[in-house]
Amino acid sequence: MDMKNSSPASPRRTFFTQASAGVALLALAPGVRLVDLALARAQDEPASAAQRWGLLVDVDRCVSGCDACVSACNTEHGLGDSERPQTDAQWIRKVDLVDHNTGHQLSLPLMCQHCEEPPCVDVCPTGASFRRADGIVLVDKHTCIGCRYCMMACPYKARSFIHEDLTGQKTHAPRGKGVVESCTLCVHRVDRDESPACVEACTDAGREALVFGDINDRNDPLATQLAETTTRELRADLKLNTAVRYRGL
Amino acid sequence: MIWGDLIERGCKWLSCAMRVVVMTIALSLGTSVMEAYAEVSQPVFPSARGEQCVEPVDIMRRDHFEFLKHQRDKTVREGIRTPRHSLAGCIDCHVDKDAQGRFVPVNAKGQFCQSCHVYAAVKIDCFSCHAARPSERVSQSP
Amino acid sequence: MMKSAYFQSVSSSRGYWLISAIAGVITLAGLIGAEHMESAGHWVTGMSNQVVWGVPHVFAIFLIVAASGALNTASIASVFARDDYKPLARLSALLAIALLSGGLAVLVLDLGRPDRLIVAMTHYNFKSIFAWNIFLYIGFMFIVGIYLWMMFEPRMNRFTARVGTAAFIWRLVLTTGTGSIFGFLVAREAFDSAVMAPLFIVMSLSFGTALTLLIGMLIFWINGATMDPALAQKLRRLLGFFVIGVAYLVAVDHLTKLYVTGHHQLEQFVLVDGGIYTLLFWGVQILLGTVVPAILLLLPRFCQRGYLIAAALLVVVGALTQVYVLIIGGQVFPLELFPGYSVTSTFYDGVIADYTPSLAELALGMGGMGLAVLVTLIGIRILPFVPVQMTGENQD
Repeated sequence: MDMKNSSPASPRRTFFTQASAGVALLALAPGVRLVDLALARAQDEPASAAQRWGLLVDVDRCVSGCDACVSACNTEHGLGDSERPQTDAQWIRKVDLVDHNTGHQLSLPLMCQHCEEPPCVDVCPTGASFRRADGIVLVDKHTCIGCRYCMMACPYKARSFIHEDLTGQKTHAPRGKGVVESCTLCVHRVDRDESPACVEACTDAGREALVFGDINDRNDPLATQLAETTTRELRADLKLNTAVRYRGL
Repeated sequence: MIWGDLIERGCKWLSCAMRVVVMTIALSLGTSVMEAYAEVSQPVFPSARGEQCVEPVDIMRRDHFEFLKHQRDKTVREGIRTPRHSLAGCIDCHVDKDAQGRFVPVNAKGQFCQSCHVYAAVKIDCFSCHAARPSERVSQSP
Repeated sequence: MMKSAYFQSVSSSRGYWLISAIAGVITLAGLIGAEHMESAGHWVTGMSNQVVWGVPHVFAIFLIVAASGALNTASIASVFARDDYKPLARLSALLAIALLSGGLAVLVLDLGRPDRLIVAMTHYNFKSIFAWNIFLYIGFMFIVGIYLWMMFEPRMNRFTARVGTAAFIWRLVLTTGTGSIFGFLVAREAFDSAVMAPLFIVMSLSFGTALTLLIGMLIFWINGATMDPALAQKLRRLLGFFVIGVAYLVAVDHLTKLYVTGHHQLEQFVLVDGGIYTLLFWGVQILLGTVVPAILLLLPRFCQRGYLIAAALLVVVGALTQVYVLIIGGQVFPLELFPGYSVTSTFYDGVIADYTPSLAELALGMGGMGLAVLVTLIGIRILPFVPVQMTGENQD
């Protein structure tokens, strides 16, 4: 899941020997890092529990029929469409709800909830399913043996199994046959101080139903909203303390 | 009784003949293997960009898998994304382009990874999951 | 009194080679199915992101549970000091090992990455019951191996009871672990229950005894002999009680869930309008797999050998169906994330999932059974597992 595309040579050499449009990108990246050093962690530092990445879904702003978040995720990670929907991987999906009694209709996106006490991590026999220090729940695909026990254990049906050989993977999203995967909260983007693809797409679509941020940072817009408005977890009865919260549900 | 003798002699003859046949096959196979072995050429692959690799060549030859394995655990488990020993970093320098200027998968026949690995007869599992070409977004200019 | 001269290995016969050939072909078909699944990927099976464990797991769980129960006959002999069961003790232990090998083979071959077995054996997350089960299963093989050694070697016979007790306890822990694979899943309504562990223990007794009877009688038939009728009757009654035991725990499970309003939809699905699953539950698991065998096994008028074989076969059919309804039925029923709402999505939320077993899966599952029979047949030929009376020779 390596995404830092700069050459293995020192940043200085890279900076001086490049002469094309790629330079702008590279020059920006170190620049951005230097400016935000106080707030973000450097690339060569490990993720720490000082941060807890989370997501807020504002169900009232989410519209049935819009799937900008899903398309963005599929494009970002190279999730294909093999015309076998039952076995295709879906890291995020739109769910449409109709209240039995009142007929009220809702739409919302559903993805890995990045629980603090993930059942998928508990049941994984090899420890491939794990929770990173900053709260992101991931699958170490080097260690995954494809037993699918985590898929049985997840209360949100967030995980997908890769049922066929794949080609043309994205560099930042390695995936292959026989292992299990799920939403990574765009960990490769988060580590570059960007927000997940779904959040950006929702903002670009003008709905701003998804808010991403650091729950542990009281000044973070996400943390502020969680403190000031009423939000809830899905399946709160399981007491998993998810990082994804919903408002308006 | 005569039949018994005949069968016995026949069996002995048969086992003798079988031994001769097996030896012949083994010798000819062995020779051809040795001939073939003598004909295996050293790995040949396109040269990489840049002046030198991140580590000396002899260290890389012996230990590149250790670097990759250690790095992958640091990256996946802890989020440490130093480029020095990253797989994407290797690919960025060692990938080749074809006549039309498109990237050739780094594990294709005759390319960097495959030529040594075929020579050493070590199967690698990286590219069932990892991209063998730099993604467009992160590609380096030549 | 037991003498080692009472047992011998089986000599080859036409029946022996015939059964071996059939088992061999079935095992080969299983290997071919596994190879197809691994090289093409699981899309060639009926499994999907909704039903992640299919027919191979049904067979694997059946075989593993039966393996634990197959040791029961030996346990009764060694642990509970019932000498009348001793003739079958060695064979019972062999069957336990054989059935467990078959089940584990299917489980490993169904993995998405079976080539990573070494990874599974060297990386452990000890909060996972799966990780514990790896130790429990391998340890079981070792303990039963030592148990067999105690039984075979006359100088070690005095330790048989102690090792047998260890094996008995290990077996209870193992089966609890297998049941807990499901019992620990908070996410799934059908499984999340403490009754899974004891249910699996009684299931093991039922499945194991049924298979011991069937495979035992098969070996008799190969050698033109018959099982000691008194012993057969004892096993018959035992099987009858075990079948009732399983039915009791199944009833407790369903009655408890029926009491809870939140589980009514699930129970409605399984018991009333689940289509094939309801049919399998009532028609096969309950009627053919429980009621009919219970009648045949417990009523005195059905004491003939033919009824016993039929009852044991029905128990096995009912057993496979029970595991199928449990594992597959438990997965096709959707997760309840939004109570009070009806749900639709592109990821099959809120709907009963489809599942049709593929040929490759069935082949793999059956291959596990074939492997178990093969291991048993090889075992009885190379070592004296089989009591002399089974081989049709004169008894003194």
